[in-house]
Amino acid sequence: MNLDFTQVIPSLPFILQGIGVTLSIVAVALLFGFVLGVFLSLLKIGKYKTLRFLADAYTSIFRGTPLVLQLMIFYYGLPQLIEMDVPAYLAAVLTFGLNSAAYVSEIIRAGIEAVDEGQKEAAMALGIPYSEMMKDVILPQAMKNILPALMNEFITLTKESAIVTVIGVMDIMRRAYIVGGDLYLYLEPLIVAGMIYYALVMGLTLLGKRLERRLRHSD
Amino acid sequence: MINVKNLDKSFGDARVLKDISTTIEKGEVVTVIGPSGSGKSTFLRCLNKLEDPSGGSVVVDGKDIMDPNTNINDVREQIGMVFQHFHLFPHMSVLDNLAYAPTKVKGLSKADAEARAQDLLQKVGLSDKAEQYPSRLSGGQKQRVAIARALAMEPDTMLFDEPTSALDPEMVKEVLDVMKSLADTGMTMVIVTHEMGFAREVADRVLFLDEGRLVEDAPPATFFSQPESERAQDFLAKIL
Repeated sequence: MNLDFTQVIPSLPFILQGIGVTLSIVAVALLFGFVLGVFLSLLKIGKYKTLRFLADAYTSIFRGTPLVLQLMIFYYGLPQLIEMDVPAYLAAVLTFGLNSAAYVSEIIRAGIEAVDEGQKEAAMALGIPYSEMMKDVILPQAMKNILPALMNEFITLTKESAIVTVIGVMDIMRRAYIVGGDLYLYLEPLIVAGMIYYALVMGLTLLGKRLERRLRHSD
Repeated sequence: MINVKNLDKSFGDARVLKDISTTIEKGEVVTVIGPSGSGKSTFLRCLNKLEDPSGGSVVVDGKDIMDPNTNINDVREQIGMVFQHFHLFPHMSVLDNLAYAPTKVKGLSKADAEARAQDLLQKVGLSDKAEQYPSRLSGGQKQRVAIARALAMEPDTMLFDEPTSALDPEMVKEVLDVMKSLADTGMTMVIVTHEMGFAREVADRVLFLDEGRLVEDAPPATFFSQPESERAQDFLAKIL
């Protein structure tokens, strides 16, 4: 066995800089995906058939094709249509956001449907308009139920973000790969990358647990 | 005043309300009784359009709830409702449960709404529970909070859908007492209930429903001592 981490040490700062890149892709995609996901879920439970169909079709397409394909379409394919280069970072954020929205919308739809119908009736009987009812009564209760599933989605997103490597975004993964190529020594930098991802995921998990505890105060 | 005319309601092929007509006057306390599955709750839920009537009309203070130009939320603002299973908002404190709708719908300031809420909590004997969450309350307490929440909107009419049916026996009285004192204030009330003693004592009128039809519409004294229909006689014989 010849594992030699000493050679990687000088390149550590270079790999660690990828954390910022990865996190910024994940954070923006997460926010974008969440907002769009909430919107889609509201269409899915809404009364307009056409909008319901469109939201379902959207989900079906983004869940039914490989993420890496979607990424390549946005990066390599889209410029052909708009006759403009799409920066790699933008393509990454866009793909992950749109993809995540499809999953998040399903999670939230299920969460909304799990809220007792009586809550809706109580709000209606008080004369509370639909949008206020959703915002103040239904969604807060749905969020509590779906937090574990949502955290799961965010964790998946963090890990899957590694595939932005294929379009050349300088994230943790890409940097580890470059260092590997430079040193002609792949296993060590890849192990380092793995440790960084693992630490990020553990951090997210802890954050989720803490959030869950905070939301449980009314039980 | 609520004017119900030829009200019909079907769920698919099942016709659960058949041609019901009655008028609920201002200040009247009306109890709706009948066997389970007779359409009592559906009738009540048609009054504030929690169920869409299939035919006929329901007119609340001159506003036809079936008219697409009627803003149903304006009507619901005037009609409080209390449910069998309370349906308090579990993520809000008791105080917020009461203050929420008045701030959102009536545009009250938070301070005013909370003052009103405190006042109502005192009336239902739960001042000390203002900061609690509903899950900490007993069934009877939850239902009293639910009544207070409906009253916080200052409605003209209150609908009660089997308000004591989900309660432990020893908690029924505390809820009925609150309802009694509410009736004494002149509130218009429509109450679906199995509490015959309460119906006899508090109601001005009893509606007896059977298989979706309004079979009897009489003052309690008449209804309980000399019901006209065989179906009502049968029903009373079974439960009294």
